[in-house]
Amino acid sequence: MSAKKNSSQISKLETGIAGFDFVAGGGLPKGRTTLLAGTAGSSKTVFAAEFLGQGILKFKENGVFVTFEESPADICRNMKSLGWDIEKWVNEGKFAFVDASPDPGNQSVTAGEWDLGALIARIEHAVKKVNAKRVAMDSLGAIFTQFSDGAMVRQELFRVGSALKGMNVTSLLTAERTAEYGEISRFGVEEFVADNVIILRNALEHEKRRRTLEILKFRGCSHQKGEYPFTILPGEGIVVIPLSAMELQQKSSDIRITSGNADLDRMCGGGFFRDSIILVSGATGNGKTLMATEFIAGGVKNGERCLLLAFEESREQLIRNATGWGFDYEQMEREGKLKFVCEYPETAGLEDHLIKIRSEIDSFKPNRLVVDSLSALERVSSIKGFREFVIGLTSFIKHGEVAGLFTATTPSLMGGTSITETHISTITDSIILLRYVEMYGEMRRGLTVLKMRGSMHDKDIREYTIDGTGMHIGKPFRDITGIISGSPTRIQQGELGRISELFEEEKEKVESK
Amino acid sequence: MTNNIVLKLYITGQTPKSERAIANMQSICKNELEGQYELVIIDVMERPQLAEDEKILATPTLIKALPPPLARVIGDLSDTEKVLVGLNIEPLRKSNKEGRRGK
Repeated sequence: MSAKKNSSQISKLETGIAGFDFVAGGGLPKGRTTLLAGTAGSSKTVFAAEFLGQGILKFKENGVFVTFEESPADICRNMKSLGWDIEKWVNEGKFAFVDASPDPGNQSVTAGEWDLGALIARIEHAVKKVNAKRVAMDSLGAIFTQFSDGAMVRQELFRVGSALKGMNVTSLLTAERTAEYGEISRFGVEEFVADNVIILRNALEHEKRRRTLEILKFRGCSHQKGEYPFTILPGEGIVVIPLSAMELQQKSSDIRITSGNADLDRMCGGGFFRDSIILVSGATGNGKTLMATEFIAGGVKNGERCLLLAFEESREQLIRNATGWGFDYEQMEREGKLKFVCEYPETAGLEDHLIKIRSEIDSFKPNRLVVDSLSALERVSSIKGFREFVIGLTSFIKHGEVAGLFTATTPSLMGGTSITETHISTITDSIILLRYVEMYGEMRRGLTVLKMRGSMHDKDIREYTIDGTGMHIGKPFRDITGIISGSPTRIQQGELGRISELFEEEKEKVESK
Repeated sequence: MTNNIVLKLYITGQTPKSERAIANMQSICKNELEGQYELVIIDVMERPQLAEDEKILATPTLIKALPPPLARVIGDLSDTEKVLVGLNIEPLRKSNKEGRRGK
């Protein structure tokens, strides 16, 4: 019978753990045992408990938790902080513990041969008692410390594994690892208990902890490969972020929306696309936040909802700035058209930020999203983590047909590209450069639309000014060259034709990159 | 003297290991405890809740419920000496077991 089962397609059991089922290609292999290996503090117990909890909450599938390490009381207490009342489930007959945790006052002497028959009988009893479909065992390593005979434990765990298969349950067994990148588990338990192995990591990268999950193998089933970041949220539990597994399938809209600035709309060939991502790059103080403000005001004027994620300034500062340019943020907020989320990037890891942003988007349902600035977020992450964050965010907002405007700060005043830009320019649909232009001992400002996917756009570098009514885009700089590279030089009128051609080439080069 | 030693032997089904443990226990009781005991045999296949209550993992497991302190011995009880040490019981026929006391 088991041979027949193996030859047919193995079905998956949806776990209900956010993002995990997607990475796992539908869930855990049904009716099988899966090993969950991780170092200390990699949240194996939380994962195991959530596997059972989600079964009860989402699928009416009851669970049995076999604990070799923590006492049931401790587990109940710890899981309460995630918002799960296990005690209640136990009383309702949905959840059962098999308490195999060591009892310090209960040392035993071994006299002769033994087996884990009692444990198997207890698990079976508990599974029957609550009619469980899911079993979690945490953790296998701890059972080795309770018995001196390691070989016997191995042999017996193998029996437990096969007994679990016979109980028609899907089980998750946890095991310790000694290093993030090394052997799969201590005591080599993976060799005899599981067809499927998931690894949880809690690696230290650039002084930041980064939790990831990797499905190492699912015997006979498909799954996504590689490490996926995850985080643990109070009240929600584990959230896996399936970044690189996201599909590029968002619809593309040809509906134009206003940038909030008529001149800029004209430069962009009639406005931004409704579901596009716009990156505004420039040095400090040359109008990025203003452009973002106009973008918001333009949206609100058309009755759209805007979400402003500020990582550098507080709500009060933003309101004051906007007032200085003639926009009334407070009024927009009162109308429910504008929502501020102001936070220091350092308050959380990027994964947590991403999930928070998602839930804000889910609840506020904005038409426009502004992130000011993206560079600030880059400070708190590794390059890879940052890129994944941006991909995650853009793909999410594109699904919701939300227009996103991100700002990026360039390190030097004149010219140059920001690191942010280099990493994410390929992900964005439009890039607008704001640059200082030094002319005759005066700082002037130039703007160009570097890239605009799917549309014609103005290729000029135009001068713009900022006053109490916002941004005003004027005429192109006709007799200046080298603005983008940061060394503006005045040139003779006669040479203009030739130079402007050069400009085109230069810009095309950057675009194709 | 009354029956003041209460022993519980947990087994899983009628396996050779279970049979061996029962036979070994009975012989220890007869030879070492001289009738001053009460032995209860519990099959965890039939009464798993009792195993749950006592947190029994391995079988066979022998528990000395009385007198305190509680003591546990796991295995088929083939090693009489270890069983007695584990149960913390002084063999009654001390005269025959002098050599054991030093261990």
